[in-house]
Amino acid sequence: MKSATGVAGYRLKVTSFTIFDSVCSQYLTFFSPLASTPRRTCLHAVQNRFLLPQVALHLFLQRHEPFSTTAADKAQLEGNEETKKISVTFVDKDGDEKHINVPIGMSMLEAAHENDIELEGACEGSLACSTCHVIVMDIEYYNKLEDPTDEENDMLDLAFGLTETSRLGCQVIASPELDGIRLALPAATRNFAVDGYKPKPH
Amino acid sequence: MAIYKATKLLSRSFSSLSSRPLRVCVVGSGPAGFYTAEKMLKAHEEAEVDIVDRLPTPFGLVRSGVAPDHPETKIVTNQFTRVAQNERCSFFGNVSLGSSLSLSELRDMYHVVVLAYGAESDRVLGISGEELAGIHSAREFVWWYNGHPDCSNMAPDLKSADTAVILGQGNVALDIARVLLRPTAELAKTDIASHALSGLEESSIRKVYLVGRRGPVQAACTAKELREVLGIKDLYVHIDKDDLRTTPADEEELKNNRIRRRIHELLSKAAISGTSHPSPGQRELHFVFFRKPDKFIGSDERSGHVAGVRLEKTILKESVHPGKQTAEGTGQYEDFECGLVLKSIGYKSVPVEGLPFDLQKGVVPNYRGRVLSCASEDLAQVEEGLYVCGWLKRGPTGIIATNLYCAEETVASISEDLETGASTSTLAKPGREGLKQLLDSRNVRAVPFSAWEKIDTEEKQRGSLRSKPREKLTRWEELLEVAAK
Repeated sequence: MKSATGVAGYRLKVTSFTIFDSVCSQYLTFFSPLASTPRRTCLHAVQNRFLLPQVALHLFLQRHEPFSTTAADKAQLEGNEETKKISVTFVDKDGDEKHINVPIGMSMLEAAHENDIELEGACEGSLACSTCHVIVMDIEYYNKLEDPTDEENDMLDLAFGLTETSRLGCQVIASPELDGIRLALPAATRNFAVDGYKPKPH
Repeated sequence: MAIYKATKLLSRSFSSLSSRPLRVCVVGSGPAGFYTAEKMLKAHEEAEVDIVDRLPTPFGLVRSGVAPDHPETKIVTNQFTRVAQNERCSFFGNVSLGSSLSLSELRDMYHVVVLAYGAESDRVLGISGEELAGIHSAREFVWWYNGHPDCSNMAPDLKSADTAVILGQGNVALDIARVLLRPTAELAKTDIASHALSGLEESSIRKVYLVGRRGPVQAACTAKELREVLGIKDLYVHIDKDDLRTTPADEEELKNNRIRRRIHELLSKAAISGTSHPSPGQRELHFVFFRKPDKFIGSDERSGHVAGVRLEKTILKESVHPGKQTAEGTGQYEDFECGLVLKSIGYKSVPVEGLPFDLQKGVVPNYRGRVLSCASEDLAQVEEGLYVCGWLKRGPTGIIATNLYCAEETVASISEDLETGASTSTLAKPGREGLKQLLDSRNVRAVPFSAWEKIDTEEKQRGSLRSKPREKLTRWEELLEVAAK
C-alpha cells in the first residue's frame, strides 16, 4: 500500500489494478461533473496509465505528482486478472448479507461502492475520516491484516461503535489470504445518543 | 389501534401520489444540512428538497471551519455537490432565515422544515476585561483565516506582541495554534485566505500558550490534531512532566476511553523528547494544564488593549457525573503576559423568532430531531413539521461524521411522522415556487448552486496563479458579483 497525491493535491490511497472497462468508466465519470454515480478515485487509471490515450495521460499527469509503481503491482498487472479475485461478504445493519468478488489490490471501500453497498466514504479514502468503518467479523481474518498505522488509529478513535476488530474499509486491501473475509457495517445509529438525551415515550 | 391503522393507510396513499411532492426545506448547508438532504432524497422519492443558506457559498464549516491545511477533510464536499446536483434538490444561497424570510413563512410553504444552521455565536467567560482589544473568539479567528465574509475585515493584531494565549485545548484551539506557529511557506500552499496569509507572514507571535482547566487526561483534542501540532517543524514544545502524573480517578477515565489514552501517551512522549530549552528565536508552544482564566489585564501603554491573563491554578474534583472530574480553583494565581488572546471555549447557537430554544443548553429542545415547544419534557408538545439537525440539535461538538448519524436520526423521525401522519399536513404546499416568489417580492437575490459553481471556478482559477488549491473570495460584494456573472 502506498499513497500518492491525487485529485487537486489530496492524498489518496492507491490500489493496484482493475480491468480496462473499469479504467474507462472511472476516467469518464471523473471528468463528468454531472455523473450521478459516485466514483471515488481515478487512481486505477493512473496506475494503468499505459492503457490511456496520450491526451488523458497528459491531463492526469497535470493533477498527480509522479510516483513509482512497485514491482509487486507490476506483477499483478501482468498476471492473470480474472482469477485474482477474492470472495468478500458484507453484512449490513439489519444482518443481511451480500457476497461480492473483489479483485486483489482493491480496497473494501471501493469494492463496496462498486457493488452498491452502503458504506460511506466522506474523504474518499484519504484517511481523514472514519465513515468507512467496518468490523472484521472473524478474529482470524483480522489477525491476517497488517496492524493499523497511527493515522488509521487516529481515525478509528472517532469511529462510532468501535470494536476490537474494527478497521477502515479504505485501508483493508483485497489480498489472497483474505479470501472469505466477512465484514460487518456497524449499526451506528442504534448507538447514537446525544449527550444528555433521555429516551422518552412518544 | 384502528385509528392508527386508518391514518397509516391514509398517509401511505398520500405519499404514493407522486404528483404531490413532499416539500422539504433544510436551513443551513453545512454537513448537518447536506447529510439531511441526502438522506431525505434517498428515503422519500416524492421529496423535493430545498437547501437555504445565509451565505452565497455552501458547505458551512467545511469551508469556514476546517483548517486550510486539512484539504483531505474537505473532500466530503464532492459528496455534498452530488446531492446539490440531484434533480430534486435545489440550493438557495444568500437567503437568511430571520431577515430574508421568517420561520413561520417557511413552515407555511413546506411540509417539512429542518433547521441545521449550526452555531454562529460564542460562549463567553464572563470575567473582567473580556471586552479588551486583542481578545477574540476562536470562531472569529477561524472565520478570518478561512475567508468567511463576515470576518474578512477582522485584522487581528499579530505584530504588537510575541506571545498569544489560547484558552481551551480542543481541536479548534490546536488548529489555531498550528496556524499561528506553522511556517507560513507551508500555509501558502493551502486555501488559507490571502489576507490571513499576509497577516501571518508579518506576525511577531513566537510563543503560544494553550491553556486548559483540567489535565492531560481530560484534554478535549483528538490524536490527529495533537500529532500535527507536536510535529511542527523546528518548534519547541513544553509540557510540565509533573502534570502528567495520574490519580486513581484519572486512571479510571483513561481505562474507559481510547482517545484519552492515546492523547495522554502522545503528550507523555512529547514531554520527554526534545530539548529542555528553546534555542534563540525558536517558536514555542507551551501546554498549560490545570489553570482557569480569572481576569484579563489591560495594558498600561496601550489603553484598552490586553496585556495579559491572570490564571488561577485548579485541582480536579469528582463531579456529579460518575467518572468525570471537574476543575476547581485553588486561590493561587499566576499572570501570563500576552498581546493576543483567543478564546476557544465553545460555539453557541442563536435562536430565530418563533423557534423554541433552551437558553441554558444553547440548543433547540427536541426529541430525536423533532422540535419540542419547550425544554420542559412534561409540558412539551411536538412542533408539527419542524425538525433540527447538527449543532443546533445537540450542541457544538463532534466531527463531520457525527452529523451523518445525527441526520439519520432526524430523517428517521421525519419518516416515522410521515408514516403515522403525526406531523405533516396532507395539504398541498407551494414549496420551491412559493419560496422563489416570496424572495422575488422582497428583492432577495438568491444564489443558486450553478452560481456557486461560478464562484468555485473563479476561486480555483485565482488559486492556480498562486499555486494554491483556491483563492477564496472573502467579501460579500465580490461573492455576489461573481455569482451574478
